[in-house]
Amino acid sequence: MKTPLIRIENVVTAFGETIVHDGVSCTVRANEIYALLGGSGSGKSTLLREMILLERPKSGTIEILGQDTASLSYEETQQLRRRWGVLFQSGALYSSLSVGENIAMLYQEYTDLPPALIRELVALKINLVGLPPYAAHLYPGELSGGMVKRAALARALALDPELLFLDEPTSGLDPLSSRQFDTLIQELRDLLGLTVVLVTHDLDTIHHIVDRFALLGEKRVIAEGSLEEVLRVDHPIVDYFFQKGRYGIAR
Amino acid sequence: MQRIPAASVTIVQEEELTRFVCSGAWVISQIDNAAWELERYRPGSAVLFETGGIGAIDSAGIALLQLSVRTFETHGFPAAITGESEEHAKLRDLLYPAPLESSPPQTPPSWLYTIGRTFHRGLEEIGAFLSFLGEAFTLLLLLLRHPAKIRWRSIGAHILATGAQALPIIAVSSFLIGIVVAYQSIVQLQKFGADIFIVDTIGISLSRELAPLITAIVVAGRSGSAFTAQIGTMKITQEIDAMRTMGFDPFTFLVWPRVAALMIVMPLLIFFADIVGIFGGMVIASVYSQISYAEFLHRLHDALALKHYLIGLAKGPFFAFLIAMVSLHRGFQVKANTESIGRYTTISVVNAIFLVIACDALFSVLLTELKL
Repeated sequence: MKTPLIRIENVVTAFGETIVHDGVSCTVRANEIYALLGGSGSGKSTLLREMILLERPKSGTIEILGQDTASLSYEETQQLRRRWGVLFQSGALYSSLSVGENIAMLYQEYTDLPPALIRELVALKINLVGLPPYAAHLYPGELSGGMVKRAALARALALDPELLFLDEPTSGLDPLSSRQFDTLIQELRDLLGLTVVLVTHDLDTIHHIVDRFALLGEKRVIAEGSLEEVLRVDHPIVDYFFQKGRYGIAR
Repeated sequence: MQRIPAASVTIVQEEELTRFVCSGAWVISQIDNAAWELERYRPGSAVLFETGGIGAIDSAGIALLQLSVRTFETHGFPAAITGESEEHAKLRDLLYPAPLESSPPQTPPSWLYTIGRTFHRGLEEIGAFLSFLGEAFTLLLLLLRHPAKIRWRSIGAHILATGAQALPIIAVSSFLIGIVVAYQSIVQLQKFGADIFIVDTIGISLSRELAPLITAIVVAGRSGSAFTAQIGTMKITQEIDAMRTMGFDPFTFLVWPRVAALMIVMPLLIFFADIVGIFGGMVIASVYSQISYAEFLHRLHDALALKHYLIGLAKGPFFAFLIAMVSLHRGFQVKANTESIGRYTTISVVNAIFLVIACDALFSVLLTELKL
C-alpha cells in the first residue's frame, strides 16, 4: 500500500445556497495518476481548486503532502505551493511574456541561479514537453491549442514539483493530440516520479493512463478505484458514464 | 531529502586534470552556490566531474552538470562525468535524449525597417478605417431603401445609455470648466476694470469651443470605450459570426444604431454642457466681481450672438460620428485573445480624442475663413 499524498475527508462546499459537495472523501496515493471524473457541474473542478488552495471548503479536511491545508500560515502556504505545478484548462500562460519568459520567471523569482543555467533549464523543459526549440521565443497568442497546453505543462514542471495538477488537459485538443498528451503525462510520471491529479471527462484518458479515479455525482464520490473496481459498482451514474446499459459499448 | 546538505563542489587540482568532487543535494532549491562556483570557474586543464557523492539530483542538477561540461568543452578543455548513480543516469537519458538544441533569439530589425514598417502600418490602418466607413455607408443606403429594418428600439436604448446616463459626469466636468475659465479670466479682466466682459468670455468660449470639446472628450472616454469593448467581446465570443450566418448584418444591427444614437444625443449633451458651464462662470462672476445673476444674463443676451451657440451645437453630430465610427471600427479589429480587448479599447479612445480635436481645428479654420 502506497502512502496517501492527498487525503480528502468529508469536504462540504457551498456557493451561497447551492451545495456543491456534501461529504466528499477520496485519497490520492504517491506516484499514481489519479483522475476526478464527473458530469458538468458535479464539482470536480471545484474540488481541484480546493486542493490547489484557490478555494476553501466550508468544512472537512484536505491534507496535501502531509499538511492540513486548513491550518497553514501564509509562509507555509507559499512553501507548499512551490511543491506542485498546475496546468490550467486554457493554459493561463502570461500573454505578455514569451513561452521562454513564462518558464524563466519561476526560476528568476524562486532561485538564485546564473542566467546561463536558467536558459539551459528553460530549453530543457521545452524539450521535455516536446516543443521545438524556437517555441521559447513565441508568445502565447502565436501558439496552437496543443502547443499552449505543452508550454503550460513545461511551466508547471519548471520547479521540479512532486505533484502535478491538470485541469482538463485534453479538452480542446484533437483525438490524436489528446493521446499524445496522455502519453507525455504518463512518461513524465514514470520518469520524474510525479504524482498526477487530473480533472477530465475524456474516457479515453481514463482507459489509457489513469491508475485510479473518483467518479463524482450527487454531490459526493459515487465510486473510487481503478476502472475495474468502479465498473463493479452498481449505480445509475456509473452506468451512464460508461454506457453499460442502453448503449452497451462498455469495455 | 531535507537531511542532505546543499550541493557543493570541491575542486581538486592535479597535474593534467581538474577533478570536481560533487556532493550534497543537487536539487533546484539547494544548487545555487555550486552553480555560481561553476559559472565563475575557468579551468586550465581537462575536467572530470565525480558525481558519486551526490545524494539527490533533479533536472536542475543534471542541467547544471551538462551545461558545465558543454561550457568547458567550448573553452577547449575536455570534460567528463563519472560515478553517476542509476537514478541519475536514467534521469539524464530522459532529459538529454539528444544534445539539446537551443534556438537563438531573433535579432531585432534595423531602425530604418522599424520606421518604415510603422509608417506602412499607419497607412494600412487609415485604409482599413476608410474601407470600414465605405462598407457602413453602402449598407446605410440599403437600409434607407428598407426603412422598416431600422432598429428604433436599439437606437432608443443607446440614447439612454450614451445620453441620459452621461448627464451627471458631463454636468460636473462642464461646471468645473466654467469655473476654471471664469476664474482665470476674471483675474486678468479686473486689472483693466473690465469685469463685465467676463460674460462675453464665458459665453463665447464655452458655447463655441469648450463645451463641445469637453462633451466630446467625456463621451469618447465613456461611450467610445464601451462601444469598442462591447463589439470586441461579441467578436471574441463569435456572436458577430453567429449574426452574420443568420443574415443579421452587424452594420444594421450594431453599428448604425450606435452611430445614430450618438449623433442625436451629442448636440443635446452640448446644449446641457453650455447651460451648466455658463452657470459655473456665473457663480464665479457673482462671488468675485459682484455681477448679479440678473446682470450676467442681461449682458449674456447682448454678448452671445446666436451663431456661436449654433456653431457649438453643429459640431456635435460630427464629433459623435467620428467617435462612434472609430470606436466601433476598433471593436471589430479585436482578435481572439482577451488581451486585445484592452489594447483596442485604449487605442480607440486615443484615436477618438485625436480625431475630435483635429476636426475641431478644421472647423476653427474653416469657419474663420467663412467669417462666421
